[in-house]
Amino acid sequence: MKHRIASLVLARLAIALVTAIIVSFAVFFATAMLPGDTATILLGQAATPEAVEGLRKAMHLDDPAIFRFLRWLAGVVHGDLGVSYANNMPVAKLIAGRLVNTLKLAGLTAVISVPLALTLGITAAMLRDTLYDRCLTIAIIGVVSVPEFMIATLAVLLFAVYLNWLPAVSFTSEIRTAYDFARAYAMPVVTLTVVISAQMIRMSRAAVIETLNTPYVEMALLKGASRGRLVLRHALPNALGPIVNAVALSLSYLLGGVIIVETVFNYPGIAKLMVDAVSTRDLPLIQSCAIIFCFGYLLLTTTADIIAILSNPRLR
Amino acid sequence: MTSAVTSTPRRPRFGYRINAVGVAGALIVLFWIVVAFAAPAIIPHPIGDIVDTDYFGPMSRELWLGSDYLGRDMTSRILMGARYTLGISVAAVIIAGVSGVTLGMIAAITGGAVDMVLSRFLDALNSIPSKLFSLVVVAAVGSSIPVLIVTMAVIYIPGAYRFARALAVNINTMDFVVVARIRGESLFYLIRAEILPNIIGPVMVDLGLRFVFIVLLLSGLSFLGLGVKPPYADWGALVRENIGGLPYAAPAVIVPSLAIASLTIAVNLLIDNLPTKIRDREAS
Repeated sequence: MKHRIASLVLARLAIALVTAIIVSFAVFFATAMLPGDTATILLGQAATPEAVEGLRKAMHLDDPAIFRFLRWLAGVVHGDLGVSYANNMPVAKLIAGRLVNTLKLAGLTAVISVPLALTLGITAAMLRDTLYDRCLTIAIIGVVSVPEFMIATLAVLLFAVYLNWLPAVSFTSEIRTAYDFARAYAMPVVTLTVVISAQMIRMSRAAVIETLNTPYVEMALLKGASRGRLVLRHALPNALGPIVNAVALSLSYLLGGVIIVETVFNYPGIAKLMVDAVSTRDLPLIQSCAIIFCFGYLLLTTTADIIAILSNPRLR
Repeated sequence: MTSAVTSTPRRPRFGYRINAVGVAGALIVLFWIVVAFAAPAIIPHPIGDIVDTDYFGPMSRELWLGSDYLGRDMTSRILMGARYTLGISVAAVIIAGVSGVTLGMIAAITGGAVDMVLSRFLDALNSIPSKLFSLVVVAAVGSSIPVLIVTMAVIYIPGAYRFARALAVNINTMDFVVVARIRGESLFYLIRAEILPNIIGPVMVDLGLRFVFIVLLLSGLSFLGLGVKPPYADWGALVRENIGGLPYAAPAVIVPSLAIASLTIAVNLLIDNLPTKIRDREAS
């Protein structure tokens, strides 16, 4: 049976690889379809026909699209992401620092939201149909059905306007003490945590409830196991796979969340960089950011699927 | 309508029971639909007119929802905004639904290579985060209302496809479909007469949820300044325009958010409280 798991995982990885190629293809062509000639845009005022012709040749713009795509892909693999149109800096350099910032934000959110959401989700499943569970469910429906920016603006209203604890929408780059750090990160992290946790609570609650409905849990109940033992010893180990799967999937919602949160709070991360790049139509920058986002997303969803395969005892 | 009631003696056509919460949800949705249609006739002030001497004015008897960052009437702008938020989202969900569900049924009936290729391709499309996809498209072709509609539709086709395909695969193995196939019925007939009527309930519910996602995505894009562009403004764009009023807790920034929330929560409540008869046919 080991063989079967290995082949399933390999198949999933192969799908991920194919998807990665299709996705990078799509990103490249969506941006390459842009009306307007790259060389003319780059040269700006100095766009004489000869100069445009020369630059087109130098940038291989006259080659068939498929060659340009392959050349670009080879560059990406080697870490050469091209040069930004807007300020002529290598894209890799622009992105590096921003990526670290975004990962910091995402990491902090994950560290806070995963334990919080799992505790809430599992307790909600244990206390199903109690007042606690119902309130939590209503809160979750509320959170998942409003846009992220609304949660962000509510956070600003609450913490900055009414309570006056935190400065309103501005991100200070001067972080010297832990206090500064907490003040700067509080609202973005709280907003993201709320968005991510809602998904995670919902999925982990569903996963535990599903295992609680199985015959072996009923058996444990009949033999007289306590409620705590029932959940912790009998249900939880079997729900672990689906729960970890839910965590990985929920974390992929972070990607959508950071785009809004970084914009609202003016956070110098990669998503803000990309939104700005879209406004200035800085193609190499957009392509690279998009690829990073897609690969991050793909990584999380693939991990989620592989965990689901590995944790399925029927395949062992 | 009338003949339907008389022709079904056992169970009246509208014999579904919907509880109070569901009815409340339905009423809110209905309210916004009516507003979207009637907006030009009921707005108190033209949306472009500056009617307040102050900006970010508070709620008052004159201006029910205060004024925006230029002193324009917020009530009128929100009522008109309903047209864009609802109109674009409904158009997108119809396109996504019709194409996704049709493709899903075709894949389920045909099977084989068609199914494989379609599923792989749409899965790949699905693995691009939706916000990111729309950002790239907006960067490439600019944002106009038709572009937004098509983009939203394309983003939600894979989901509709997956759902419809999963349901249709189950129906496809049933005896009456096999019989129809042996009779030599065409693909179109199988879709129209055998598969679709049996999956339409859950599919509509699923599209309702997708409508919520589309509203949220559209609002998010407009909020980033990459969705609906001035002079038009949907609710997300209204929040963006007036974000400067946030430190003063101006109604201009809060009310459009509440409008979005009321619509999406109402749709969710309506769907959650639909009778099981319509809702519960889980995709396997």
